[in-house]
Amino acid sequence: MSGIGSALLMQGSIRTEGGGGFTPPGPADFDLPPVFGGGSSFTLMGQEFVLGVTKPMLQVVLSGVLIFTFFYLASRKRAMVPGKLQFVGEEAYGFVRNSLGRDIIGSHDFQRFTPYLFTLFTFILLNNLFASIPFIQFPTFSRSGMVYGLAIMSWIIYNYAGIKKHGFVGYMKLQCVPAGIKGPILALLIPLEFMSNILVRPVTLALRLFANMFAGHLLLILFALGGEYLILEMGAAYAPVGILAWVLFVAVAFLEILIQFLQAYVFVLLNAMYISGALADEH
Amino acid sequence: MQTQNPTHVVRAAEEELNPLIPHLAEIGLSLVVFGILFFLVKKFVVPAFEATYAERTTAIEGGLAAAETKQAEADAKLAELEKRLADARHEAARIREEAREQGAQILAEMREQAQAESTRIVDHGKAQIEAERQQAVTSLRAEVGALATGLAGRIVGESLEDDERSARVVDRFLADLEAIEATGAGTSGNGAV
Repeated sequence: MSGIGSALLMQGSIRTEGGGGFTPPGPADFDLPPVFGGGSSFTLMGQEFVLGVTKPMLQVVLSGVLIFTFFYLASRKRAMVPGKLQFVGEEAYGFVRNSLGRDIIGSHDFQRFTPYLFTLFTFILLNNLFASIPFIQFPTFSRSGMVYGLAIMSWIIYNYAGIKKHGFVGYMKLQCVPAGIKGPILALLIPLEFMSNILVRPVTLALRLFANMFAGHLLLILFALGGEYLILEMGAAYAPVGILAWVLFVAVAFLEILIQFLQAYVFVLLNAMYISGALADEH
Repeated sequence: MQTQNPTHVVRAAEEELNPLIPHLAEIGLSLVVFGILFFLVKKFVVPAFEATYAERTTAIEGGLAAAETKQAEADAKLAELEKRLADARHEAARIREEAREQGAQILAEMREQAQAESTRIVDHGKAQIEAERQQAVTSLRAEVGALATGLAGRIVGESLEDDERSARVVDRFLADLEAIEATGAGTSGNGAV
């Protein structure tokens, strides 16, 4: 925990030196300076973007390398009685394959989507856990761009799977016309269903993951910097409160690990449910 | 955003910063990394895990089948052995029964034989006794006749040399004696002499 604290404190000390009073952490804490490059910049939608390789970008690549290396080594041996490494790999794979793939998509179709769901789960999970791994300590998916890509991909995959199975018209009917409802109420329900099943889903997928990671990390920064400010700047009377803030920091850090796992699980679970809904037979 | 910026610039930048607006490079990068990872996982990891699962299932099923066959064999063998044991017990019981019967028969035969032998011995003894008695009676009769005749001749004083007459007397006396013996322990015979 001292690693997390010191890394955050470095940021904090920089921020409090500038002027009097406590500057609360904000979106700027997620806009890290580039590690390489950063010479030029461009503006998009009123935001300035620096061209350069940032820490989250390196994390994404690192996650890909780590995940593949781990599971390649774990799956390579193919022993009937698995060793520790193979056991861990098989447990993770079996968890996604059986409880997310087979149980939700159904035994007929799940095999096609297992590589996708498995990659998605491990990819999101490791990138979320980066927020709690010492010396990395930054959630990749607190960068909205990282999440948008995955959400768009999920949207394309479940819609493509449905259209491929039912045809475009059949798929639209499946997604937008609720079963067993007739008459003028359909005029109300069809746009609603279209909204919720086609338009809103990628947005909620993206925002859920992004906002959880963003808020979690923000909360940790707040406890760390707030505690530091209370102890160092406010005087001895506030020191116990500052220590309490650091204790809470530790507790919230553990809670964050749970949330990191849950968000990865939920993202993949919803993907599986959307695919399952798109592949469902006509009502 | 940089440390050398005055505070009010940082503040202004923060107000403008909208975390929801993505960095385009990040969208592309995450998709590219995900794509490469997906390809590698699909090509190397998933087939290996699936093959391991399938092999394991086959191995377990094969093992179960083999175990079932072995169990069936063992059951059959056990049944056969039990049957054999039952047969052997039955055979033993039969033999024991037979032996008992034979023993009883032998005993009965021996008893019969012994009975016959004893009867024979008793009969033989009786016959011998009878013969000896007869012999004694015969010799006694001759002696008694001679003694009685001699005695009577001395008493009567007359010669009873007439053999024919004396023999008649003796015979009559003895017949009387036998008659007395036959009727019981009579005393008249003595007086008749």
